[in-house]
Amino acid sequence: MNPIYASRRRKDIIVRALCFVAAAFGVSWLGLILFTLFYNGLAGMSWQLFTQNTPPPGASEGGLLNAIVGSLIMTVIGVGVGAPIGMFAGTYLAEYGKHDRLSPVIRFINDILLSAPSIIIGLFIYGAVVVPMGGFSALAGSLALAVIVIPVVVRTTEDMLNLVPNSLREAASALGLPRSLVIRRIAYRAARTGLITGVLLATARVAGETAPLLFTALSNQFFSLDLANPVANLPVTINNFVQSPYVYWKQLAWSAALLITLAVLALNIGARLIGSERTAK
Amino acid sequence: MTIVSTAAASGPAVPPPRIDPEVPAKVAARNLNFYYGQHHALKNINLSIAANRVTAFIGPSGCGKSTLLRIFNRMYDLYPGQRVEGRVLLDDTDILDPKLDLNLLRARVGMVFQKPTPFPMTIYENIAFGIRLYEKLPKSDMDSRVEKALRDGALWTEVKDKLNASGLSLSGGQQQRLCIARTVAVRPEVILFDEPCSALDPISTAKVEELIAELKTHYTIAIVTHNMQQAARVSDYTSFMYLGEMIEFGPTDKLFTSPSDRRTQDYITGRFG
Repeated sequence: MNPIYASRRRKDIIVRALCFVAAAFGVSWLGLILFTLFYNGLAGMSWQLFTQNTPPPGASEGGLLNAIVGSLIMTVIGVGVGAPIGMFAGTYLAEYGKHDRLSPVIRFINDILLSAPSIIIGLFIYGAVVVPMGGFSALAGSLALAVIVIPVVVRTTEDMLNLVPNSLREAASALGLPRSLVIRRIAYRAARTGLITGVLLATARVAGETAPLLFTALSNQFFSLDLANPVANLPVTINNFVQSPYVYWKQLAWSAALLITLAVLALNIGARLIGSERTAK
Repeated sequence: MTIVSTAAASGPAVPPPRIDPEVPAKVAARNLNFYYGQHHALKNINLSIAANRVTAFIGPSGCGKSTLLRIFNRMYDLYPGQRVEGRVLLDDTDILDPKLDLNLLRARVGMVFQKPTPFPMTIYENIAFGIRLYEKLPKSDMDSRVEKALRDGALWTEVKDKLNASGLSLSGGQQQRLCIARTVAVRPEVILFDEPCSALDPISTAKVEELIAELKTHYTIAIVTHNMQQAARVSDYTSFMYLGEMIEFGPTDKLFTSPSDRRTQDYITGRFG
């Protein structure tokens, strides 16, 4: 065999083996984490989780109802506030402000916000909302989540609108459509699946956020729908329970972790399905 | 020389040059200059586009023919850093007037692009969408308008059983005829074709060319093409452009058989371009 070709084949085998080992290393940790999570979490799965509130210390029965509802409320409000703002800003960057000198500045600041540690955002809301309001509240927690949602949605909205070919915008303008309709009826429509995917991924991102909630929503042992007061939520409940000496609390923490993971998994799979629907077309 | 330049600078009093005095001009450009930033892309263009005729623009890549076409519906306005000087009249309207309503202009001057650009909606909606911008029609009237437009686009028989299928599900040639139907549906006066067949196979090209020939009874047509045979087949008048200048403009058969400029002759005989 030609020596150059032989050495090329040897290198190929070595590099392929290294790639395989690296991939296996990464995936095995993920597998281990998921296995532990399912192993410990499934043990505590029961209807009680969804019907009873978090128990007092030392109790041997109770559920996560208040935390599940609190997390749902804050996630829905957070995404409900953050996603529209993010969509508007992303639309500005990709459409109206495409050639604006302000746009690169906004984009840069957005990227900083995107990579800001979420605990900083928690502290910001603590200073901006919790202190003036005189206490922790579900509202403050929702706003902290909204601040995390915004840069994610700005980014995906801008990226998805940039994928819409200009020829489509020109074609719509050539029919006499005003700018606003070109964006609403043509660009949004062409980018629809990508925009929805972006919002779903942002939702998945905030569903498990703990740090920003520690300073804002805190937690609550009881069931509460009051936005002006602290509210229980899954991530902070995990954080509190897992550090406790009580066996039942620890079990609930595992179950809560599994619930969040399953919810995030569902959102990601949903985003994938919607995304693949687009490529199939 | 002095007299000529004074006349050229004196503005609208001088009628734009016409090839055929019998046919009224629909669009007329006078002393038209266009700049992309510093780049002088069109140099002192004077021409008139005859009503209900097909006028073709040919020339090598970068000669400014597409740029010229995109002035007629102010498409260049979508992008910054582009500047135009001179006058372009559509009938008696100065379309370069900054106060002009661009959406109304584009309703009068439709455009078909190089790449087929169906909207991401059903075939029916692709047509109805544009009509709804200008008219509120009951469902039955809309149905007949959509059918009429698709017939005008020579597409009706192929799509009449799948009007609710996505416009993107059609073949390239069908998509382009859908775009033509969509343009015709809003009843413009002028239709601009920007290399409409360059992404199509020969059979689809032939269909689009036939369509253009039929459309000229109702519309004034301007077409940019890289394909000289196509210009010769479909157009009544042809303009040869080179490096931003209009070198020669005349009846198509004359321009292709006995061009008066050396550069036109070199281009149409394939010596450059």
